[in-house]
Amino acid sequence: MKKDIGWKELGHGDSLPAGTAAEFQTGDWRSERPVFHKENCINCYFCWVYCPDSAITLDENKKVSGIDYRFCKGCGICDKECPTKKEKRAITTEAERK
Amino acid sequence: MPIIAKTGNEAMAEAMRQIDPDVVAAYPITPATEVVMIFSGFVADGLVDTEFVAVESEHSAMSACVGAASAGCRVMTGTSSQGLQLMSEILPIASALRLPIVLCEVNRALSGPINIHCDHSDTMAVRDFGWIQIFSENAQEAYDNILQLVRITEDQKVRLPGMATTDGFIISHCMEKIDALEDAEVKKYIGEFKAVNSTLDLGKPITLGSLDLQDYYFEHKMPIVEAMANAKDVILEAGRDFGKRYGREYGLIEEYRLDDAEIALVALGSTCGTARVVVDELREKGIKVGLLKVRVFRPFPAREIVKALSKVKAAAVMDRSDMFSGQGGPLFAEIRSALYEQKARPVLTNYVYGLGGREISLEDIRAIFAEQQEAAKSGKVKQLIQHFGVRE
Repeated sequence: MKKDIGWKELGHGDSLPAGTAAEFQTGDWRSERPVFHKENCINCYFCWVYCPDSAITLDENKKVSGIDYRFCKGCGICDKECPTKKEKRAITTEAERK
Repeated sequence: MPIIAKTGNEAMAEAMRQIDPDVVAAYPITPATEVVMIFSGFVADGLVDTEFVAVESEHSAMSACVGAASAGCRVMTGTSSQGLQLMSEILPIASALRLPIVLCEVNRALSGPINIHCDHSDTMAVRDFGWIQIFSENAQEAYDNILQLVRITEDQKVRLPGMATTDGFIISHCMEKIDALEDAEVKKYIGEFKAVNSTLDLGKPITLGSLDLQDYYFEHKMPIVEAMANAKDVILEAGRDFGKRYGREYGLIEEYRLDDAEIALVALGSTCGTARVVVDELREKGIKVGLLKVRVFRPFPAREIVKALSKVKAAAVMDRSDMFSGQGGPLFAEIRSALYEQKARPVLTNYVYGLGGREISLEDIRAIFAEQQEAAKSGKVKQLIQHFGVRE
């Protein structure tokens, strides 16, 4: 979307086109970073369902393939919901290094 | 056209039946209960196609109205006093989203102390929320105003919500002769509803109500400023057209025997009916008095009022609510401000009266006109702001 547009160019009644969140990269808020371990993933899609920002990516075969760090805020829900066992975690969390 | 006997509430409910809105979400409150209660009867009897949402509070009522209007529906509701206050968190959202919701408002004093009778404190408390506000003098006007508001609010140049008010009990519960329109005629006058946005339109998906901080909030307020300015001409056109079709023309203000008047009484709502009687009586005696009825409060018809008062020597501005600012009531504050640039202007007195339904009688209006005769003669007011009729 164009930046700094004047009020006469705004959409009617405070409306915007749908899907503008795709242009708003919220990944730089992150203080904790989920890390995906493909070898342990059982493809239950819990992380994909629970992620509040559609930051879990799927590959061409619809298998979980990773985390889109442009949008991941590091909320930790994917790690919390991941049902894999302690010694074979598919998602772990570490401090964000900047 | 059918002549019917209706109270103000019945007249508003009848207008709602004829409008047949897509959605009505409402919660009962004295003295406005009957408006939506009677209407819910029309729904139950299959006389309208409306989806009636019986909600658990007025906050929910206005929220449901905003949701339904965002989906692209013609939406109405009704309330009063505390109910309007409970809606007030949502009222400015309705105007910001430019949703043409029509609200049947019955003026009632705000608590506390708790009171169910008429004053204008409820409507005045929400005057700065981007809603059009039209005051009715009687049940006929309540009926006519609701029909006109549908046209006004839905006009592409306006697209703002609006409320038409009656005075609690004085109009809402008094039976009058109403000159109603045929159902088909109402349909013709209000026209088809045209949605601008719809959250249910999958062909044109939209986002509504997104977070809007320092970068865009200011810009998003400007369309309301513009729409409210546009509303003046749209209200005039709707009132002119109503007059042409049905013989009752409406403006932003109404001047009654004001042409050569030296003294004017300025008022809102049912008090205008009382004042007309006294104006006629004093005119019989050769005293040059007139009435200026302010029909539309938002947008405020400043220019029109200034013109109407330009030749008057003294004016009594009647406020049925106080702002507790030390500067009188809201009507007075607006009119006094509007007159600032005028070199020749009348001496003004503000009478804050009738709070909590305290009666304003013919005798009271006579006393006010008598005091104004003195003011017109001397060019001085006895007391700028008076709380008229209160015991000391």
